Amino acid sequence: MASLDDLKKRISSVKSTQKITKAMKMVAAAKLRRAQEGAERGRPYSEKMNNIILNLSKNIVDVENSPKLLSGTGQDNVHLCVVMTSDRGLCGGFNTNIIKKAKNYFKKIIDNGKTLKILTVGSKGYDQLKRLYGDKIIEKISFKETKNANYFDADKVGKIIIERFYKKEFDVCTIFYNQFKNVITQIPQEQQIIPLKTSDVQDDNDNDNYEFEPEEDEILNNLLPKNISTQIFKAMLENSASEQGSRMSAMDNATRNAGEMVDKLTIEYNRSRQAAITKELIEIISGAESL
Amino acid sequence: MSEDFKVDIVNPDRSFFSNDKVKEIVVPAVEGDMGILKDHIPIISFLKPGIIFLSTNEGLQKFYVEDGIIEFRDNTLSILTSTIMDLKNIDKSFIDNNIKDAEKQLENSDLNDQARFLMSQKINVLRTIN
Repeated sequence: MASLDDLKKRISSVKSTQKITKAMKMVAAAKLRRAQEGAERGRPYSEKMNNIILNLSKNIVDVENSPKLLSGTGQDNVHLCVVMTSDRGLCGGFNTNIIKKAKNYFKKIIDNGKTLKILTVGSKGYDQLKRLYGDKIIEKISFKETKNANYFDADKVGKIIIERFYKKEFDVCTIFYNQFKNVITQIPQEQQIIPLKTSDVQDDNDNDNYEFEPEEDEILNNLLPKNISTQIFKAMLENSASEQGSRMSAMDNATRNAGEMVDKLTIEYNRSRQAAITKELIEIISGAESL
Repeated sequence: MSEDFKVDIVNPDRSFFSNDKVKEIVVPAVEGDMGILKDHIPIISFLKPGIIFLSTNEGLQKFYVEDGIIEFRDNTLSILTSTIMDLKNIDKSFIDNNIKDAEKQLENSDLNDQARFLMSQKINVLRTIN
């Protein structure tokens, strides 16, 4: 059995860990609110963007010559997967869930005899993937310095993807991120962004006859790259809300577990203290009796 | 009958401006400035760097935009843009820095014609604000 001193030390160390996890929970809760607001404020933009693209693509007559970003290269051989994770750890299963989803997808692609290329956004994803898929990772991006997700970072990622697409480095591009549902639930998502799946976009008005200035395909050429950045930005916003939510619940659990541990250790401490006192009393009494 | 329609200006990260009592708006569309009044036919177009003039009952507001997409439908004009600023909030150093950046990019020879056109347009607009 551990000595009294050892128990005392353990209790105080668990207590200070509890203080840290509690503080992290508070910070995550504050950040979560901001991230959630950000995600909500970002929604109108991506929704409107989707709507416009849908309307445009419906009006494309010449499907053969429509922009490659919309229709794809016509092939399906090289897949680029953009795995978006956080830059920091201690956030429960947040990163692991995305990686798990992505790994399933990777396996499917490789089993089908297709080529896989990976682009990681966020350093945690890279750390977890480099051992198994290190040779497949073509680029890693991390925004450790920037505090909140912002559009210009998303635009940078989007431009990298588009540049590689025009160099014919891949045919299909899919992004992986966590969708924020609530504090305890985040759903890992896979979303194909090149070629764009217009069927994913909801159709709410089909009687509109738009006038286009300039021509449809010219607008689409201008719009599609922006849409990719927008999708990535949306993923980033969802991710940052999910990260904070996941961290908050993970830290909440940790705080509770630490509390339970402190209780258990305190009982053990008191028991052994009492045992020591009883032992001393017995020694004194039996000493007195023998006189 | 009122002659007002609604204008929404949204940034990727937030809603920048919204007013449902707009009388007239002039936007710098890529093929030339475009004035929009109530009951315009549905239209989709995109913007080049320029100034948006927006008149409401309270008066005229001006915004500087660098790019964007506009959609007009059901008497609602949506402007999606990543770079927009109220002209009142622009200071001189911002203009100077932007002109310098744009000029530097123009010297870069691998720009295509369209990018070149947009860039020089940007410089011109910024000069007029100055």
